[in-house]
Amino acid sequence: MQLIKSHPILEFSHGKIVKFSFDGKDMKGFEGEPIAMALHANGVHIYRITPEMKRPRGFFCAIGKCSSCFMVVDGVPNVRTCVTPLNEGMKVETQTGKGTVPLNMEVGNNE
Amino acid sequence: MKNEKLYNSGVLTELCKGAVLPPKELWENKKGGLVIIECPQRIPCNPCHTSCPTGAVVEFKDINDQPEIDYEKCTGCGMCVAKCPGLACFVIDLTFSEDKALLKLPYELTPMPEKKDKVWCLNRVGEVVTEGTVENITEPFKDSTKVLHVSIDKSFVDQVRSVRVVK
Amino acid sequence: MSEIKKTDILIVGGGAAGLSAAAEAASYGAKITVLESDLHLGGQLVKQTHKFFGSKDEHAGTRGYKIADIILKEIEDNKENVEVHTNTAAVGFYKNDGIVTAMSGEESYFKLQPKKILMATGAQERIIPFPNNDLPGVYGAGAVQTLMNVYGVVPGKKVLMVGAGNIGLIVSYQLMQAGVEIAAVLEALPKIGGYWVHAAKIRRLGVPILLRHTIKAALGKDVVEGAVIQELNDKFQLIGEPKKIDCDVICLAVGLTPTNEMLWQAGCEMKFVSQLCGHVPVRDAKLRTSHPDFWVAGDAAGIEEASAAMIEGRIAGLAMSEALGLKIQQENYGIYQERLDSLRRGEAGEKIRCGLGMAQITDWGNK
Ligand SMILES: Cc1cc2nc3c(=O)[nH]c(=O)nc-3n(C[C@H](O)[C@H](O)[C@H](O)COP(=O)(O)OP(=O)(O)OC[C@H]3O[C@@H](n4cnc5c(N)ncnc54)[C@H](O)[C@@H]3O)c2cc1C
Ligand code: SF4
Ligand code: SF4
Ligand code: FES
Repeated sequence: MQLIKSHPILEFSHGKIVKFSFDGKDMKGFEGEPIAMALHANGVHIYRITPEMKRPRGFFCAIGKCSSCFMVVDGVPNVRTCVTPLNEGMKVETQTGKGTVPLNMEVGNNE
Repeated sequence: MKNEKLYNSGVLTELCKGAVLPPKELWENKKGGLVIIECPQRIPCNPCHTSCPTGAVVEFKDINDQPEIDYEKCTGCGMCVAKCPGLACFVIDLTFSEDKALLKLPYELTPMPEKKDKVWCLNRVGEVVTEGTVENITEPFKDSTKVLHVSIDKSFVDQVRSVRVVK
Repeated sequence: MSEIKKTDILIVGGGAAGLSAAAEAASYGAKITVLESDLHLGGQLVKQTHKFFGSKDEHAGTRGYKIADIILKEIEDNKENVEVHTNTAAVGFYKNDGIVTAMSGEESYFKLQPKKILMATGAQERIIPFPNNDLPGVYGAGAVQTLMNVYGVVPGKKVLMVGAGNIGLIVSYQLMQAGVEIAAVLEALPKIGGYWVHAAKIRRLGVPILLRHTIKAALGKDVVEGAVIQELNDKFQLIGEPKKIDCDVICLAVGLTPTNEMLWQAGCEMKFVSQLCGHVPVRDAKLRTSHPDFWVAGDAAGIEEASAAMIEGRIAGLAMSEALGLKIQQENYGIYQERLDSLRRGEAGEKIRCGLGMAQITDWGNK
């Protein structure tokens, strides 16, 4: 992972290392840290392809406000990966187009 | 005109307040050195004053005031060097040796040098102007801002404001 | 959705302003709920590795991320009064019944019914138009900070910084601390916008600050592989030859604009004030908006500084507690106001003073 090795001010305390997959490839990241950061640390910079112009997009704001980082996570499209924590075994995929919600999946309020 | 452009991008020029050095007669034989503060703009900030144990940085009437120095009181202790968030305070001790001065400057980068290491000394636009030797490293507030004590040739004291450590 | 959560004060945003408001109001016994959309509290503060300006009362000379810890510790003292939900965003306000909806994570929602609401939602980054500005590798300055200062990930090898305001200057310095090279800092104006001392810090490390320069395009097919820059004349027209810059990250630090959508939903009187960097609510000196139950503080009220955001948070916390009928420390109003005024007295505060002249009213009367 492309992590900062030595820093004059900060000490980074990362959580547990977990495995996840990106477009079928195995990768490692830190549990609880945003998916987008884990991908960046693994050298992945393209997160989705836009619907109309087919342009590659990465993240931009990293605070959940700009929708640039939408990806398909465990089958769910349009997940803001910059604010969604990474978990063991997550399946992360590049999102192409608007993304469709699988019909057999419950979305919305979970009471 | 050229100077104005430099100043507008953050390089001190003789045009402005802050470019003045301490009075020679006080400075030349002052053990420990005297402070130099390069802070030429009115900004809401005063840690140079609040961190100074001797009152050498005169109390601000308004927090936006520029620092005023009472050189009589400065001991060259370097507390302000470590505390100033603008990294704008330096101490220069001209009594280090016959031909060398000791420059105390803030450092918060990697790699960290060790005592006796040679370092490149940079001017206000980052050009290497001379080589210096790290004589001591302190961390007055234990907050990761180090104060490097670097000996340099006396003729460079009004130029050197940073160092590059090569490991 | 069954249950509606009741609370005295809802604070939207757990940054400098929101946390300070929580600390103040909790000390008077108000029951507070804080919603923070990020995974952790602290807002902009936690990304700041540099020592802050201001005065001792606002922890000047202390590093930003440590300041967040100081306020959080204060809240600890009254923690039974403060409920915090991170990874939870306030998404809507319903005027008729005063209900706020919140989204936790990506898919679960709940409702709240607060008596008073503080919007302390901070700011959003601006973007400027240029060909390929959507390429991966064109990042907001805040994103670069999050990446390197919060998660310890290397943002890239060589960065072109666009904008020499405080953010552009400080983030350039922080990048150097993380071991990243800065190709150059571009500034369209003939003068840096940030504090001179911040510019001096990177200049003496050899970083060029190119005044009167702009970015013309990002280069690259799938990711950033470089940039084209060009000089501007005093009418902001392109002059001279375009120049190619080698970089793999283009960091935009071209300004912030207040985030305060929910205030529109609540029907608060809003005004465009360029000195405060966007649309802001009209407010009184105690930071109440035209809606009797809505307050605003920090960057959401106008882009300023963490020092001011913390004091504004205190004032709002005080005023909301007073409005709830709690016994407050009246003299704090004066103390906080004086601190705010003194921060705003200088050259840098002129813009803010001017902006407040337009956005602040003395009294809402019986409105
Ligand atoms: C690079 C940089 C350097 C700076 N240096 C200094 C300095 O030296 N001195 C100084 O005084 N100031 C400095 N500042 C400015 C300072 O950080 C900000 O002015 C201050 O943090 C504003 O505080 P705030 O609480 O208003 O906003 P923020 O700190 O931005 O906090 C807002 C919070 O609200 C959350 N939020 C937003 N929308 C929602 C929603 N709908 N639901 C739930 N939560 C939401 C956000 O996630 C965020 O955590 C700097 C800023 C930057 C970017
Ligand atoms: S060097 Fe010491 S005595 Fe001199 S101004 Fe700085 S803090 Fe004060
Ligand atoms: S502490 Fe540093 S930046 Fe602040 S006023 Fe003093 S010299 Fe200037
Ligand atoms: S990068 Fe902007 S929403 Fe994720």
